[in-house]
Amino acid sequence: MPPTPTAVTGGRTLLRLATAGSVDDGKSTLVGRLLYDTNSVLSDALDHVERVSKRRGLERADLALLTAGLRAEREQGITIDVAYRYFATPARKFILADCPGHVQYTRNTVTGSSTADVIVLLVDARNGVVEQTRRHLAVAALLRVPHVLLVVNKIDLVDYSEEVFTRIATDFALLARSLGVGETHCIPVSALEGDNVVTRSRRTPWYEGPTVLDFLESVDDTPTAVGAEFRFPVQHVIRPQNAPRAPWAASTPAVDGDYRGYAGKIESGRVRAGEEVVVLPRGRRAAIAGIDTPDGPLEAAVAGQSVVIRLNDDIDLSRGDILAATDAPPAPVRELTATVCWLAERSLAPGARVLVQHGTAITKAIVTGIEGTLDLDLGSQSRPSWVAADRLELNDIGRVRLTLASPLPIDSYREHRTTGAFILVDESDGWTLGAGMAGPSSLATVTTKDASSDLPEAPSSTHPEGGRP
Amino acid sequence: MTTEVVRPLTELQALESESIHIFREVAATFANPVLLFSGGKDSVVMLHLAAKAFWPAPIPFEVLHVDTGHNFDEVIEFRDEAVAFYGARLKVASVQDYIDDGRLTERPDGTRNPLQTVPLLDAITDGKHDAVFGGGRRDEERARAKERVFSLRDAFGQWDPRNQRPELWSLYNGRHLPGEHVRVFPLSNWTELDVWDYIAAEKINLPSIYYAHEREVINRDGMWIAVTPVTPAREGEQVEVRSVRYRTVGDMSCTAAVLSDATTVADVITEVGLSTITERGATRADDRLSEAAMEDRKREGYF
Repeated sequence: MPPTPTAVTGGRTLLRLATAGSVDDGKSTLVGRLLYDTNSVLSDALDHVERVSKRRGLERADLALLTAGLRAEREQGITIDVAYRYFATPARKFILADCPGHVQYTRNTVTGSSTADVIVLLVDARNGVVEQTRRHLAVAALLRVPHVLLVVNKIDLVDYSEEVFTRIATDFALLARSLGVGETHCIPVSALEGDNVVTRSRRTPWYEGPTVLDFLESVDDTPTAVGAEFRFPVQHVIRPQNAPRAPWAASTPAVDGDYRGYAGKIESGRVRAGEEVVVLPRGRRAAIAGIDTPDGPLEAAVAGQSVVIRLNDDIDLSRGDILAATDAPPAPVRELTATVCWLAERSLAPGARVLVQHGTAITKAIVTGIEGTLDLDLGSQSRPSWVAADRLELNDIGRVRLTLASPLPIDSYREHRTTGAFILVDESDGWTLGAGMAGPSSLATVTTKDASSDLPEAPSSTHPEGGRP
Repeated sequence: MTTEVVRPLTELQALESESIHIFREVAATFANPVLLFSGGKDSVVMLHLAAKAFWPAPIPFEVLHVDTGHNFDEVIEFRDEAVAFYGARLKVASVQDYIDDGRLTERPDGTRNPLQTVPLLDAITDGKHDAVFGGGRRDEERARAKERVFSLRDAFGQWDPRNQRPELWSLYNGRHLPGEHVRVFPLSNWTELDVWDYIAAEKINLPSIYYAHEREVINRDGMWIAVTPVTPAREGEQVEVRSVRYRTVGDMSCTAAVLSDATTVADVITEVGLSTITERGATRADDRLSEAAMEDRKREGYF
């Protein structure tokens, strides 16, 4: 039996990052540099990189190789899928979703951004803000990533020019404002040379802000979900027939045959024992009788915690139900309009039958209309616009109307990044088709000349009843 | 509403909560999950998390050990104790049985890790398991960095890294066709240090070979191999008694020890935190086979 340990990491917190950049912006080198300079690269991994670098005839270890994952990518020298990297400092642990650029950029950036607290965008100092930067920032804005960091990389190749940096930072600030993104930060960096990544560079004396790692260590890490109203999707009903002995648990369960607990993760807000909540989609009210964990009962719990909640009422909940704050609970709806990022090779057209997975609920749905797609080929304009479309193709972002088989109490994504989100799933092969964000878009409203006539209709000939109840 | 200061969850609280959420999603949406258990530290942490996820009810699925027949005695003893401690039910798939009746042939190098694949896939098929919990972590190896939390396997147990479903928010999609199953990795976002910190914080028991002990070893190709019936000293090799511990448990024929004086969790954390060798590189001889060794085995349905 090992002795009682002393806490080593104590109050270290967790921050989730996503990185995105165009090809050749040096993203892999930046990520490699962050891992390397925080001592998160261990010697055998480094040996491997040095061996491969030497074999390729490179003068020094190519840190980008640290993040090369699958064999196909190594052969082609490209990254094709989101990869997760881990590094830590005494203050924080970071989970970094490394989102490759080009081909699958929407799919990858949407995936990485969906859980990110911070998005780190890269530009090449020689090129400044480019098309891809605009697209990535638009996606981050759409997914409501709370913090945005722009890394102006390869600053060594513009002779550490303050003027170049300031111009790019100004362009980026304008772009961010036009997309409705609040605060952004820009840092001049050479990932290759290590300037301002972890250690402050003496070659940019004109820059007084934080290094990349300083920024990541100091950015506010209070999850935005904590400030939103309480939401608790019921995952699993716990009804033990008897109380099994649990010698490993800190707390002895007070279980009799009547124990009925609702297991789930608090998606947003906070909750207290004794507080009244609404049970959705039914709309009935109940009070919290207790918040149980094997570590002991809790007086209160916050977003992010997995707990077991008991109600002092005999109502029988099941998976898919949601406990919500009595203040402004989401109304269960059958008709839903949402922004959908389409992630599949097959296209989506009105009339399509899909599954909607929301929280712990899943229901059948029919696509009743596509109102338009987001035009991210921005050219000189910085604000994306919605253009008419009658289908969604891979990597499209569109406004989609859905009719649901059973009502879902779905929040607006603008206020609730978790309970406003859903995925679309193919009923026959189970593929994840799209990422949905309910309610008005974070970016812009659909502007069509005449909404009623421009909206494509579901082809009523093929689905005469349209699956409506 | 009262104005209280809300601290973000600590790293370990956040990781534990995420893992528990994953365990519950699987139990609620799959017909017949099973948890792979080797007695190794990651699988003990998995068992602990599973127990916490369903408390005060018992763990609602079986625990499966694919026994190579080359396990350290301490580990097998520990396995049975741990399964009883957490109130779980154990099933064993035995590589030795497969070798004895000719369904598998011993490899020339004597390594049995690659032989686990067939008994594992048979156990999954026979048990009609539609979800299989594994303790894999994304920080372990380059090929794992892109693994999903819910990872679909075809009827042959194969993983197709180029054809993975996108995984967004914490909305896990476990839909699969008959004959397919889903590998689920609740520890995806944990690092080796996180696992140790959690073992410390939760006072989780481990097999004794994780802590420093004296053992007869030989130094082979820079790796410390225990002298056992499976790995006897070869002609000309020098047997030494050293203070060693294991960073992973597994097939004796390809799991090496590291020199260590770490006798407590705190010692190990200090050692791991400062160590400059990744877990697999240090101790799994079979990962040295090729740069793409792990990717190959994953495609074949290895854990």
